[in-house]
Amino acid sequence: MDGDTSGKRSGRWSAGVMEYRKMGYWQPDYEPKDTDLLCCFRITPQDGVDPVEAAAAVAGESSTATWTVCWTDRLTSFENYQAKAYRVDPVPGSTDSWFAFIAYDIDLFEEGSITNVAASIIGNVFGFKPLKALRLEDMRFPLAYVKTFQGPATGIVVERERLDKFGRPLLGATIKPKLGLSGRNYGRVVYEALKGGLDFTKDDENINDQSFMRWRDRWLYVMEAVNRAEAMTGEVKGHYLNITAGDMEAMYERAELAKELGSVVVMIDLVAGYTAMQSMAKWCRRNNMVLHLHRAGHSTYTRQKNHGINFRVITKWSRLIGVDHIHTGTVIGKLEGDPHTTRSYLDNCRESFVPTNLQNGVFFDQDWGSLRKVMPVASGGIHAGQMHQLLDIFGDDVVLQFGGGTIGHPHGIAAGATANRVALEAMVFARNAGRDILTEGPEILADAAKGCAPLAAALDTWKDVTFTYASTDTPDFVPTASIA
Amino acid sequence: MMRLTQGTFSFLPDLTDDQIESQVRYALNNDWPINIEYTDDPHPRNTYWEMWGLPMFDQRDAAQVMVALDECRKTYPAHYIRITAYDRGPGRQSVALSFIAQRPKDEPGFRLERQVSGDRRLSYQTHSYATDRPAGERYGA
Repeated sequence: MDGDTSGKRSGRWSAGVMEYRKMGYWQPDYEPKDTDLLCCFRITPQDGVDPVEAAAAVAGESSTATWTVCWTDRLTSFENYQAKAYRVDPVPGSTDSWFAFIAYDIDLFEEGSITNVAASIIGNVFGFKPLKALRLEDMRFPLAYVKTFQGPATGIVVERERLDKFGRPLLGATIKPKLGLSGRNYGRVVYEALKGGLDFTKDDENINDQSFMRWRDRWLYVMEAVNRAEAMTGEVKGHYLNITAGDMEAMYERAELAKELGSVVVMIDLVAGYTAMQSMAKWCRRNNMVLHLHRAGHSTYTRQKNHGINFRVITKWSRLIGVDHIHTGTVIGKLEGDPHTTRSYLDNCRESFVPTNLQNGVFFDQDWGSLRKVMPVASGGIHAGQMHQLLDIFGDDVVLQFGGGTIGHPHGIAAGATANRVALEAMVFARNAGRDILTEGPEILADAAKGCAPLAAALDTWKDVTFTYASTDTPDFVPTASIA
Repeated sequence: MMRLTQGTFSFLPDLTDDQIESQVRYALNNDWPINIEYTDDPHPRNTYWEMWGLPMFDQRDAAQVMVALDECRKTYPAHYIRITAYDRGPGRQSVALSFIAQRPKDEPGFRLERQVSGDRRLSYQTHSYATDRPAGERYGA
């Protein structure tokens, strides 16, 4: 009844609290439009809370609703702006959690702004009391919305053309120790690694502008090292100069000097935030610079299965935002990474179309149109002896980063770099020549090591090093019977 | 003396003809036509090596590619020669594989020139010793 101010519930628009599902946020018959943003959440309601009502609440709280009915909704064509939960499925193997599918109209989001998307989708609802936990598993961005983004500043294809490096993974290393080296000593490590055969070296996520090494000093010594290594090898080389700083003005200043000194690449940390990342992606497009993203901080919200955001979503956001490199895990190294889950990151970095694949945790088809592609980076606890596995998992379009596996080589940094490069080229060559690298890998490496003492030493030093722990983040799905 | 490490396989010992052919076959199996290019200017940012004829879009026979490579080698016995394979697929339209198939016996390398400006900044130029001589006279032969 309109105009009722008594506080008694009598209709959709009476003042007071009403179930979200009754306010239009649960529409089991809704057919998502091609232009809708779609989300799959893993919801864990509080005991006694109905999962459908929980899903409707997530839809409501991440779009137009608040806890009570507001008559001002009636000033809008609210049907368009309400998100719609349209499907709720139990999570396979779980008794207390459900996958909730929610559709959002494209008009809810500012064009070209992941910050705006994040403010809506993960802005409020993750602290909602009726839920014990909530996780954003996957998002489908409609092509119409994808097209509002610049995408990667450079992209895989143009990066390779600029670097003149084709047909093999690129090789990198993070300078160690990550904290404490002076600019002069730091440049030494860069020089040895690049001269020995790496394509890139890298600042670590937390090296910015500290008392032991101010950024400007680092820039000058690093570029001396990069140029010297180029002259020694006749190859284009690069070092990811980390421009992350406390404010955007400082970041632009650091990026400008990197450009003036001729660096081909700069880097930013994820903790700088989505707006900072996109500003730098645009700067990089304007200035012919590759933008490396270090995903610093992501594990605080991506790793646990029941709460947070799956890293696949961060990967999608990052491609739209416009970074050129993103760390995706190594599968076989020291950091978290289930093979199927990691595959979904790689596909969303490198493919034009990613089909639904529940085994990989992909809940929706994703059409990327002609948006440029992101080079995945595999870094953390890998070494030359795993080259066959790495090439098999990642293929050619990847940066393989061996930090300890380069700098910790018993014969020195340049030898460590050479070992990795020889192992890589030998493995790519063998694969192309038709050999089965997964079974013959160790033999291929041993043969290559006969003519390369640094590789022999690397294989000997790290031969038995593996990190075989169970992943915490794995897809939950019901295997479908295959038709023999 | 140095060894130019451009290309996919420069850290391996120089490839034999059989080895080169195995890579050509791989490219052709992927539907990547072969282009043969040569130069005596090995600067890392020398993008446009000379083309030995047109890219062999219709050549599906690795043995015939090797014949063309041989002809190029006979004409330019002391140049760098590279084999490039091209992927015209959507979203790529670029070089898929590129490796050196012949290199000069002696590679004099590069001189790094530094120009000191204020503020401790240096600007760098990489200068190939070979290109001090006119094109065609750079690597003996």
